[in-house]
Amino acid sequence: MLRVSGLHLWRGDRHVLRNVSFEAVPGRCLLLTGRNGAGKTTLLRAIAGLLEPEAGQVTWRGAPTRTTRNEFHAELAYLGHEPPLKGDLTARENLAYSVGIRRPVTGTEVDAALARTGAATFADRAVRLLSAGQRRRIALAGVLLAHAVLWLLDEPATNLDAEGQQLVADLVSEQLARAGLVVAAVHHSLPLAAESLTELTLDAA
Amino acid sequence: MNWTWFHRFGSAPYMYGFARRWAPWFGGVALLLMLIALYGGLVLAPPDYQQKDAYRIVYVHAPSATLSLMIYSTMAVAAAVGLIWRMKVAHAAAAACAPIGAWFTVATLATGSLWGKPMWGTYWAWDPRLTSELVLLFLYFGYMGLRAAIEDPQKADKASAVLAIVGIVNVPIIKYSVNWWNSLHQPATRLLGEADMDWSMVWPLLTMFLAFMLFFGAVLLIRLRAELLRRERGASWVREVLS
Amino acid sequence: MKTGAIAAARLVAARDLRLAFRKPSQLLQPLLFFMIVATLFPLTLTPELSRLRDAAPGVLWIGALLSSLLALEFLFRDDAVDGTLEQFALSGQSLTWMLFAKTCTHWLLTGVPLALSAPLAALALGVPVPALGAMIAALALGSFALSLVGAICAGLTLGARRGGVLLSLLTLPLSVPILVFGSDATRQAIAGAEIAGPMYMLGALTVLGVTLAPLAAAAAVRIGLE
Repeated sequence: MLRVSGLHLWRGDRHVLRNVSFEAVPGRCLLLTGRNGAGKTTLLRAIAGLLEPEAGQVTWRGAPTRTTRNEFHAELAYLGHEPPLKGDLTARENLAYSVGIRRPVTGTEVDAALARTGAATFADRAVRLLSAGQRRRIALAGVLLAHAVLWLLDEPATNLDAEGQQLVADLVSEQLARAGLVVAAVHHSLPLAAESLTELTLDAA
Repeated sequence: MNWTWFHRFGSAPYMYGFARRWAPWFGGVALLLMLIALYGGLVLAPPDYQQKDAYRIVYVHAPSATLSLMIYSTMAVAAAVGLIWRMKVAHAAAAACAPIGAWFTVATLATGSLWGKPMWGTYWAWDPRLTSELVLLFLYFGYMGLRAAIEDPQKADKASAVLAIVGIVNVPIIKYSVNWWNSLHQPATRLLGEADMDWSMVWPLLTMFLAFMLFFGAVLLIRLRAELLRRERGASWVREVLS
Repeated sequence: MKTGAIAAARLVAARDLRLAFRKPSQLLQPLLFFMIVATLFPLTLTPELSRLRDAAPGVLWIGALLSSLLALEFLFRDDAVDGTLEQFALSGQSLTWMLFAKTCTHWLLTGVPLALSAPLAALALGVPVPALGAMIAALALGSFALSLVGAICAGLTLGARRGGVLLSLLTLPLSVPILVFGSDATRQAIAGAEIAGPMYMLGALTVLGVTLAPLAAAAAVRIGLE
């Protein structure tokens, strides 16, 4: 469903992505591994359409994402390094806005998602007062709420404790069970069933 | 229609070779035409009825002004080509154009200022053309400033391309608004009367236009070579060329 | 089932309004700046109201321009820093439309208050009371056009070092037409003459801005997010 073919990308002088090709299918999680600077984040951003590759293309459901950008984005949830949250708003308000611009969402749904990711207890405090781990839990709730088919996750378990890491693994397997796709850049593998994992290693130039 | 000629221009080594071969020709013909035009304008053409010999600065002023605008348009077109067709050479060309255009704008302002002294007794007057040129200079500075301020070269290319396109759309609007402003406050003063100029005054001007355009072409090709070498310094063709 | 465009725009506006009222100092600073600038002119020119009146259109419009340059800083910067601007680009909504909604909200928060508080500065510069209404209208329209143009430059300088000064350098030449017609409208108003001409031109510039500027701003923001 998601196919990346012959992707080349330069950042400045560095040839970060060299002829990257792979296919991601529903029900399987693709893990991107590699050392720091190997291009995991770059690849995720290129798939999401935030970066334009010099060569190659990304197709979603057979159509190049460059031409069907809005439709592609409607089915995509992207979680980068920093959880995208406004510091002056509470978790509830943040999610009401960030999910609301994608699909109509009710307060009950937001509360349910926050509860699922263990963020319910601090859902009413301004985000700037929260720790990095707490913010990440809120961001994960946002990913859940997006009801997206494809998840692009950049080191989703950063700043989370052991219970949090398991949470990420659970959320991913639930997504896979819904016939969703997950592409995740990780340092260590996720505790998931081996048959639902595919690994792609990027080597640094 | 066979578009391969167009896409060949997108190849950096091809453009490098093209620039190396043609720059001397552009430069040589430009110099020749400049000498002819200068002879025609400074020696052969008669003095103006009102301005006597002071008008002769038009032979540098008017072509500089036209060129300052033409180069901005060229820059915007090259930037647009780079943005739409993703041609690195086009971005390189746009980058190479900017300082040349800025200098022509400075030349226009300087010659306009020098002309102002015998004409109005002051080194500066808020003539609509000079004012528009001043704003154009700021547009050039903005373009070059934006390029310099963005670290990533591809981002710098794309962002300055958007700026150049926005700028070229604005240039007619700015000119119109400056003309409006000027007409509110004083009767239209033109540096050169619209009365027909004698052909002996006109042909050196036209020749000078052509000479300046070829001069721009020559300098652009030279700068483009340097720009291409700098951008593609890791590529194998560069190593071959420099060895 | 995707959120409709109008609903998304309303959410964007609501979010920005809520954020603005949680940090009101950010709104007040450009306004205070405008007042201070308007005060500095008499201090550097002359205390005679009759002479200040001649300079008033220039003082008011340059003050408004400088104030909006300050305000433009926080149109996109906060969102770019915490990653929420990226979410706009990934939302499946038209980025052009979202940025237009943001720009309109920004104008409501900066341009409109400026236009409404300009009479204070104007009276201090000797502007006659009958001219104030027209002045407010011109400043409101002109500041909207400035916000639209400024949004493009704000998007372009997202990835730049020392973005603040560069933002001013980029916006100033592009704002010349707005300044020319806006100050002309103010001058006509002060003289008690017909203001329709320059106001129509200002309106035309704004319409052009509304049609084209958000497109350019969206292109700029996408490039800045790379």
